[in-house]
Amino acid sequence: MKNTVRSGLAGDILNLTAQHLVLVATAMSIAIAIGFPLGIVLTRRAAWRAPLLGIANIFQTIPSLALFGFLIPIPFIGGIGPRTAIVALVLYALLPILRNTLAGILGVDPAVRESAVAMGMTAPQILRQVEVPLAARTILAGIRVATVTTVGTATIAAAIGGGGLGVFIFRGVASVDTVQILAGAVPAALIALISDGGLGWLERKFAV
Amino acid sequence: MIQFADVSYGVNGRPVLRKLSFTVERGSTLVLLGRSGSGKTTALKMVNALLTPTSGEVRVDGKSTRDWDPIELRRGIGYVIQETGLFPHFTVFDNVAVVPRLRQWPADRVAARVHELLHRVGLAPKDFAHRFPRDLSGGQRQRVGVARALAADPPVLLFDEPFGALDPVTRFEVRREFRALARDLGKTTLFVTHDVREALELADRIALLTGGTLCELLPAAEFRQAKSPEARAFLESL
Repeated sequence: MKNTVRSGLAGDILNLTAQHLVLVATAMSIAIAIGFPLGIVLTRRAAWRAPLLGIANIFQTIPSLALFGFLIPIPFIGGIGPRTAIVALVLYALLPILRNTLAGILGVDPAVRESAVAMGMTAPQILRQVEVPLAARTILAGIRVATVTTVGTATIAAAIGGGGLGVFIFRGVASVDTVQILAGAVPAALIALISDGGLGWLERKFAV
Repeated sequence: MIQFADVSYGVNGRPVLRKLSFTVERGSTLVLLGRSGSGKTTALKMVNALLTPTSGEVRVDGKSTRDWDPIELRRGIGYVIQETGLFPHFTVFDNVAVVPRLRQWPADRVAARVHELLHRVGLAPKDFAHRFPRDLSGGQRQRVGVARALAADPPVLLFDEPFGALDPVTRFEVRREFRALARDLGKTTLFVTHDVREALELADRIALLTGGTLCELLPAAEFRQAKSPEARAFLESL
């Protein structure tokens, strides 16, 4: 990442907040790009559900710092730096997105689905016009949960050289400097709250 | 127009339909009457290929449902169910417009047709077209369901106990309107119900199903004289 030289704490906060946002936005984009289509596939392939959800679940249970640590020695995706951090964040964000996509689409009223089939809609038409719109609220809830968790987990990226607001927190803890800690924690918490609020508002727009 | 030829169907080894055979003549209404679990809904779902017979075949317009492209088959059949299955996120207008739009009719033809049908089922378009199903009463929703089924002018109509969830007064009114509509339109109709009164009112012919087999197949006018124990049981409940 380009290191912008700014003077003072305010400058550093802005810089690290930007890094943090890039980490979260990148990880969430990738997680959605994988999780949403994969969730749709799982609605059509019941046999794959347990294994895939199981794998996503395993990643969730591994403590974050440990997962970051596991990934470092792996070639291509590993090493110190933001890329490894993003891989870990994507793995964490997958489960809520997968699960909610699956639950949202399976939760569509069977009478509605049956009508759609009986009217001669093709499977892609049903997915696009009926299933996804009706599941949108649930899917967005999953994205919201994943986003808010990612904002928090991204603070750990700092431990492996990934940058972000965690840099302040780790530095502050190491030097027992409350100001540093807050400089990291407060913006992170704010980003989490704003994401939660914003995505929550979007969810409510899909209320049916 | 609709022909069942020795249709059998089983689920998990349990037989639901046993060698069912009957014909629905073009332009007529046949009511499938029977108790819960008699197999009437299962039989209905064979016509639009929601289910496939285990043996035997169902022919629509002379062609076996196994040979029809399911999408083409279904776009030519109107399907009305008790729960209505209206799309909750679509307005009344958009719900009725589904099949015409699938058939890629031009927008003005779609609009004209939707308005015509809403009038026909007794829902003034200017009041109802923009509303959502959740804002409607059960009877109004069912009318939208019928309008939707008629939208692309399909030659065949399937009804699965459509009036079952309505209160008795609404049911009586809607039933009466349906009878007039069916006669006007000359559709080939297969109508499932467990209500013998409804069967007598709406049918040209009544097929009484019990345990997945046909025990009576009579013109409605003759049904009151039916002799089988199942028929007598139904008539006694009148």
